[in-house]
Amino acid sequence: MKTADQTLDEILNLAAAHFKVPREKLSPDDDFFKTLGIDSLQTLDLLTKLEHHFRVELPDYELQGVSDFRTLAGKIQARL
Amino acid sequence: MHEESVEPKTRSRCAGSALSWTVSDGVIELALHRPPCNELGSASLEDLERFVTALAAIEAEAHALIIYSQMKSGFCAGADLRELYQRSQAMDKAEAAKGVRDFLERIHRVLNLIDATPLTTIAAVHGVTFGGGFELALACDLIIADKMARFCFPELRLGLIPGFGGIPRLKRDLGNAVVRDLLLTGRSFNASKAQQIGLVSQVVGEGEVLRAARATAAQLKKFDRATSAAAKKFIKPIPHEELRREIDLFCELFARPAVDAGLRKFVESTDAQPYLP
Repeated sequence: MKTADQTLDEILNLAAAHFKVPREKLSPDDDFFKTLGIDSLQTLDLLTKLEHHFRVELPDYELQGVSDFRTLAGKIQARL
Repeated sequence: MHEESVEPKTRSRCAGSALSWTVSDGVIELALHRPPCNELGSASLEDLERFVTALAAIEAEAHALIIYSQMKSGFCAGADLRELYQRSQAMDKAEAAKGVRDFLERIHRVLNLIDATPLTTIAAVHGVTFGGGFELALACDLIIADKMARFCFPELRLGLIPGFGGIPRLKRDLGNAVVRDLLLTGRSFNASKAQQIGLVSQVVGEGEVLRAARATAAQLKKFDRATSAAAKKFIKPIPHEELRREIDLFCELFARPAVDAGLRKFVESTDAQPYLP
């Protein structure tokens, strides 16, 4: 079982790689829409990547209002 | 342009503003290319109508039809809601209702013809496959999905139901409990889930979907065309009565004020997540 910190770290790594952003520019409490410069369609790409990586199913209505990596990690951690 | 690892030799080609098609080695390829994500509005519908008219003439020399998108963001994000909203605002209620019914009748005719063609049809989808885009894929015999494909019926948050034949065709293919989940929650789901529930026949790596569809189409060519057509007709009945009722229900719901409010909210939204239900 991954720890919450491991989950958060893997999300940051995955987002940095997928959207080609330097990892050191991403912080847990960043608004990922702003930091990654992504729109709603790209957010769905990120969701798909996360579901594949963590092998979970994450209904997108659970992401309503979620905009920072830490809260996102909490949602995923709850399904691991 | 989405990945095309194998480029067949093209015999004939026809291009519209929203889509174009080619015929090569017995395979018709219909490419969707209307930015940003192939939203289905009046221009797309006119092109689709031209395509199905041409299909009647060219299907005799083909055995398969592949429908795919050249847009990076996905297969199709569904109906053009901005056009729908703007047109309905420019008309009185009765005119808008008539316009919506006319549009639905026309797109149902197109999708019924694609559904019923004796060719074996393949939707090769990637990225966003939402609403009307999902319904276009459901009219096909096989859905092959890029692992990054995502499917959704978000219509209920607009106060509507899917209007391009989605519910009857989902019911034809899937169990009712799954249909209720997709419809009533409006959640999106990935290609693996789609394969797990029996909607998608193959899931392939990123950028590989057109190659996989072409390989499948090449396999289909080995079989007698008339036998394939007979098998398809036997196993894939078109739910005409339910499709007709879907149009009526959609039009009934469209007349409610909640739809106007839902469309306005979507069109005017600056929310970073307008596609998340």
